[in-house]
Amino acid sequence: MIELDDVVVTAWSPDPAGGADRVVRLLGPVTLRLAERRIAVVGANGSGKSTLARLLNGLVLPSSGTVRVDGLDTATDGAAVRQRVGFVFTDPNAQIVLPTPLEDVALSLRRRFPDKVERLEAARAALRRFGLGERADVSVHALSGGQRQLLAIAAVLAVEPAVLVCDEPTTLLDLRWRRVVDDLLADLDQQVVVVTHDLDAARRADRVLVVDDGLVVYDGDPHEAVAHYEALMGQAGVP
Amino acid sequence: MTRRERGPLRPPWAGPLGLYHPGTTVVHRLPAGAKLAGLALAGVAVLLLDGPRSAVGALVVAVGVLLVARVPLHRTTRGLLPVTVLALVLGLYQTWSRGWEVGVEVAAELLALVVLGTVVTATTRSDALLDVLARVTRPLRHVGLHPETAALAVGLFLRTIPVLAQSSLDVRAAARARGLDRDPRALVVPAAVRMVAHARATGDALAARGLADD
Repeated sequence: MIELDDVVVTAWSPDPAGGADRVVRLLGPVTLRLAERRIAVVGANGSGKSTLARLLNGLVLPSSGTVRVDGLDTATDGAAVRQRVGFVFTDPNAQIVLPTPLEDVALSLRRRFPDKVERLEAARAALRRFGLGERADVSVHALSGGQRQLLAIAAVLAVEPAVLVCDEPTTLLDLRWRRVVDDLLADLDQQVVVVTHDLDAARRADRVLVVDDGLVVYDGDPHEAVAHYEALMGQAGVP
Repeated sequence: MTRRERGPLRPPWAGPLGLYHPGTTVVHRLPAGAKLAGLALAGVAVLLLDGPRSAVGALVVAVGVLLVARVPLHRTTRGLLPVTVLALVLGLYQTWSRGWEVGVEVAAELLALVVLGTVVTATTRSDALLDVLARVTRPLRHVGLHPETAALAVGLFLRTIPVLAQSSLDVRAAARARGLDRDPRALVVPAAVRMVAHARATGDALAARGLADD
């Protein structure tokens, strides 16, 4: 269970008129209880949905209010929260740290498997699970964009988090890989929170949050939420 | 008009550092610690030994080790080309300023060490390197440096080289597309911004994976 209580995120921002920096509100106040297995977050660019996603594993800490995952506060129990909540970024290049897939997944497993042989075997098993077994030793540069995103997901899931948060995981992918990643996320045992611009994927979720101007303006049935979002975009002049 | 055949495109970075090539040669099977220690000893040896003869000998040994490791030559030769050019320039300058003996010595020593470094990274998984570095830096825990963090920094270094090379190529292509490929601002500023952005994104990724929590 993820709980957000009266969460507000603010940041310093330069004054366009050249004056002193000012504080701007990026998100909130937001109060949520997230227990559904599949949750989608939709919203325009800059609406605050990525900030919301980053709150869930402590990448962003609330300026006020609290975020708890299974009772653990992201502000005070950050390391424990990150063991429970995996995070997948839009661009896998930012997430892949080492030169080959096997090494990168093994890096995630260093704490869990101190023995090198066991660690490499576990990393190979994780790669096989995502269809990357044959590519374990190639340069990550030789992987397609879709394979890199699969690798990023494999590296996160290798440590078996209870929750997976994905920030637009399919935005950079073609249709084929988008379907592969969508299907993969749909089949996971974990609770999955996905920030997405793919409204078809959002409709398949159990619950959809619509974020606009830093606020959750709609929360509920996926089809109604997506309709609300489309109406919102229509009002904003988007065809 | 004659058409120039360029052959298949290669990745922008094909070495010399940061790309493991699987294999079963004796060099692959050596423990990572032994290879790193050997590399360090080689560095000390080329510093201590004087004269072009010993430098050329070191280069011959290094190339011999490279051949024994059976690292694909197309990877190493292309990756080593810039270093070879640099070694030649340095060697020529030293020849002009201090004589041919020094020129040959400097160029051969530089190449020998880079070739040996290439062999170590091409025959050793980053994971094994991280294990060794974490062990070696364990005493630094007493001065507040976490061994896993120090080892990870080296791993990141290896990964970052090709990323920065790719980023520089992207920036150059973007500048060329706008007809600005002779404007240094169009090359340097976006490259610097991208590198800072990459560093920030990598920091976020490490934090998100809990790798910064040790």
